[in-house]
Amino acid sequence: MSKLLEVKNLHLKIEDTEILKGIEFSLEKGEVFALIGPNGCGKSTLAYTLMGINKYHPQKGEMYFKGEKINDLKITERAKKGITLAWQEPARYQGVTVREFLALGLKSKGEEVTEEKLRDALNKVAINPYQYLNRFVDKSLSGGERKRIELASLILMHPELIILDEPDSGVDVVALNNIAEMINYFKESGSGILLITHSEEMLKYADQAALVCEGEIIRQGNPADISEYFKSFCYPCAKEEECETEVAS
Amino acid sequence: MNDYEMMINAYKDAGGDDIFADSEVAHLVLERDKILGMHAVEGLEVEADKISEDTVKVKVLVKAGYQIKNPVHMCFGVLPKEGRQKIDMNVEVQKNAKVEVVADCVFPNAVKVEHIMDAVINIDDGGNYIYKEHHFHGDNGGVEVIAKSDINVEANGKLVTKFDLLEGRVGKIDFDYKANIAEHGTVEMLARISGQKNDLIKIREAAHLNGESARGILDSKIALKDQAEAEIYNELTADAAEAMGHVDCTEIIKDQAIARAIPIVDVRHPEAKVTHEAAIGSVDSTQLQTLMSRGLDEEEASDVIIQGLLND
Ligand SMILES: Nc1ncnc2c1ncn2[C@@H]1O[C@H](COP(=O)(O)OP(=O)(O)O)[C@@H](O)[C@H]1O
Ligand SMILES: [Mg+2]
Repeated sequence: MSKLLEVKNLHLKIEDTEILKGIEFSLEKGEVFALIGPNGCGKSTLAYTLMGINKYHPQKGEMYFKGEKINDLKITERAKKGITLAWQEPARYQGVTVREFLALGLKSKGEEVTEEKLRDALNKVAINPYQYLNRFVDKSLSGGERKRIELASLILMHPELIILDEPDSGVDVVALNNIAEMINYFKESGSGILLITHSEEMLKYADQAALVCEGEIIRQGNPADISEYFKSFCYPCAKEEECETEVAS
Repeated sequence: MNDYEMMINAYKDAGGDDIFADSEVAHLVLERDKILGMHAVEGLEVEADKISEDTVKVKVLVKAGYQIKNPVHMCFGVLPKEGRQKIDMNVEVQKNAKVEVVADCVFPNAVKVEHIMDAVINIDDGGNYIYKEHHFHGDNGGVEVIAKSDINVEANGKLVTKFDLLEGRVGKIDFDYKANIAEHGTVEMLARISGQKNDLIKIREAAHLNGESARGILDSKIALKDQAEAEIYNELTADAAEAMGHVDCTEIIKDQAIARAIPIVDVRHPEAKVTHEAAIGSVDSTQLQTLMSRGLDEEEASDVIIQGLLND
């Protein structure tokens, strides 16, 4: 049987700058694959490329979803096949209520929108539906609230492949616990998750992990090994001598 | 069907509430220069007189201390394809009185219709006037609306206007509103308009915060497509301590539409503050692509964003 997602030798250039340089990995249904790496190494770029965001079209390499090549599919087509992305900084919408926002995922699947489904999804992300359903998905929400509402919309959409770009950044501890629970929830309900993260804590929820540096996967394996990266925020690699990546903390 | 019934039907088709039989609700119905219905309630006087061909003079007076419970409904319009309606409106909200007016302007069959509104509005000390105006111009683009308002808000008074034209064509609208606000007074002017084809939208709003702690908000949200054009000129001046104002103009354009925003902010007191924000552009691509990643196609996603903006 084919893998849920298979990425082969993916290269992406934007305006002459090579950002992804031969990314290769695969992920199965019900599996959490974590991607870590320093700022600017290309993690978000990979997420956008997988989703098919404008300007992020690979020059070389293939992306397969359940065995089907998706390189030339548009965002909407990829979404309809079951792929979605939760942005690092989710967009905000003036005048669109949480209710309307959540209903979109259901409507696009042709599923009935019920109050119960909406409430249920919000309860799962520890957001009180009675307080939030009529609020706007705009600047008035905190970063953590916005991110959890994003997860609630994914619950309703029930995608097969979820790309989570730093779901843990900019959220408080309570939200962090909830996000960890949600990752387990998605996993148990059979979705595959590509988890881009900056936190050692989040790695614990992964089945596999990879370290990205300067657009390449320099190490891949079990999360406990990969998490060594967090000791020095660098994993010595073949390019050590000419390395310009700043070691962040 | 008589004229009155036809007007009420056009009004209901445009989304208006059927309140005309309710004696607790004041109303006024005008078709061109014909006064088809008029009803007042305690504390509120409504007068309408035809003063010349096509022209009606309307006077609304809310007596001191009266808080009118139900919104007053006004329905203005021109039913035939061609015609002209000019309304000279005089609104007086006396001391500590309060009223909300909901005006529906309907021109469902317009091919060549002119609607001219000349308003003088005076809000006395502590008075409160909310004016919601909803327009429906049909699908021919044959309406020209020319509206002028001269607004005066005395101390602690408040005026809120909310204009919307979200369905059908605009045709041509040309607004020119001026407001003077005394101490602790407030003015809020909101416009929500969706333009298409060769619609032309021209809004000129000026609010002068003359008194201490006066407040002003000028907020326009415009969505344009095809060859529609809009020009929003917002002027907010503040020349007293603690006077505060904000100008916000958001215009989303598609196709060959053209949008212009000209905010003028003039502050002449060190303790006054006025801010402005203007954003003109196409639909934000992150907003758009986020919705597309939930399975909406580009058109659906863009509609959600624009509808949200216009409902805000
Ligand atoms: N649209 C773009 N145009 C130009 N450079 C880009 C663009 N998107 C990303 N980059 C560059 O690609 C590199 C990787 O960025 P990103 O994928 O956001 O990193 P990460 O998510 O790992 O922090 C950065 O150097 C960034 O400046
Ligand atoms: Mg990133």
